[in-house]
Amino acid sequence: MKMQLIQPFINAADAVLAQGLQCPMSIGNLSMEEEAYRRKGVAALIWVTGDIEGRIVFDLDPQTAVRVASRFAGAELPESDELVRETVCELANQVIGNAVTSLNDQGFHFRVHPPALHTSEHGPKCSEDTEALVICFETCSGNVYMNIALRYNLARQTERVAVVGQ
Amino acid sequence: MEQFVPVKRVKDGQPVRYLVVDDSVFARKNLARMIETFGGQLAGEAGDGMTAITEYERTTPDIVLMDITMPQMEGIEAAEKIVQQHPEARIVMVSSVGYQENIVAALQRGARHFVQKPVKPEVLYEVIKYVMGEDGTVAAATGAGA
Repeated sequence: MKMQLIQPFINAADAVLAQGLQCPMSIGNLSMEEEAYRRKGVAALIWVTGDIEGRIVFDLDPQTAVRVASRFAGAELPESDELVRETVCELANQVIGNAVTSLNDQGFHFRVHPPALHTSEHGPKCSEDTEALVICFETCSGNVYMNIALRYNLARQTERVAVVGQ
Repeated sequence: MEQFVPVKRVKDGQPVRYLVVDDSVFARKNLARMIETFGGQLAGEAGDGMTAITEYERTTPDIVLMDITMPQMEGIEAAEKIVQQHPEARIVMVSSVGYQENIVAALQRGARHFVQKPVKPEVLYEVIKYVMGEDGTVAAATGAGA
């Protein structure tokens, strides 16, 4: 997986979290994963198809999600399952939307599917040519995990080269 | 959350009324809180484009804040349908996907402005003032000691 693909997601997460939480943030652990994704808390999964394909998972423990939601809203919010789910999905939506905007400006075209709550203990396994990068963002509200498994869609690239060459 | 000088309607001095359309309840609640800080009034909410159209008919808001990626009917299509029926509709697209093609498509199909998520209250406030134009007024501070 190339850094060119990953960097927009890191930048977007940094921007969205820093703005919403209004506090400094740092990148903690960075690791590569080839096995199926293991959920840490409440996770939202977004599939991407097009010039780039794969999936991104956002994962927060419920207490962190409530703190994040409260910081974003500017008011203390009571913990509820709905609030936690909504927070994780909307956070994923905003980060991926911002990353997609940046990648689109670089000429990549693709479709982002709406976030789905990821409820099973294990996520989809990465394919043999895609390994996942797991990034832990350490924030004042707790740790936010982003798991990215993306690759270039070579068939689409070949099609585009063929069209340009005609 | 920061308080802003209220934006009111020129015609009757009443608060600007908003319809908030987003499939995320969390996003709708955040926008509703911002609207409160602008001195506005929430006229209605919708979670998809189809409901947005019926809610527009029911509530006739001054401004619609419309997400793009939603189930059933996306925001740009809903905006187009509302503007076809109500050319005076003021629709502001609010989306995390802010690339050029999306913005141009939204504006070509009737939206008045575009704000990228995460929404900064001060940015949305300026957009609201701009979109209200001469139909909106920033209320002067009143009260004892003012």
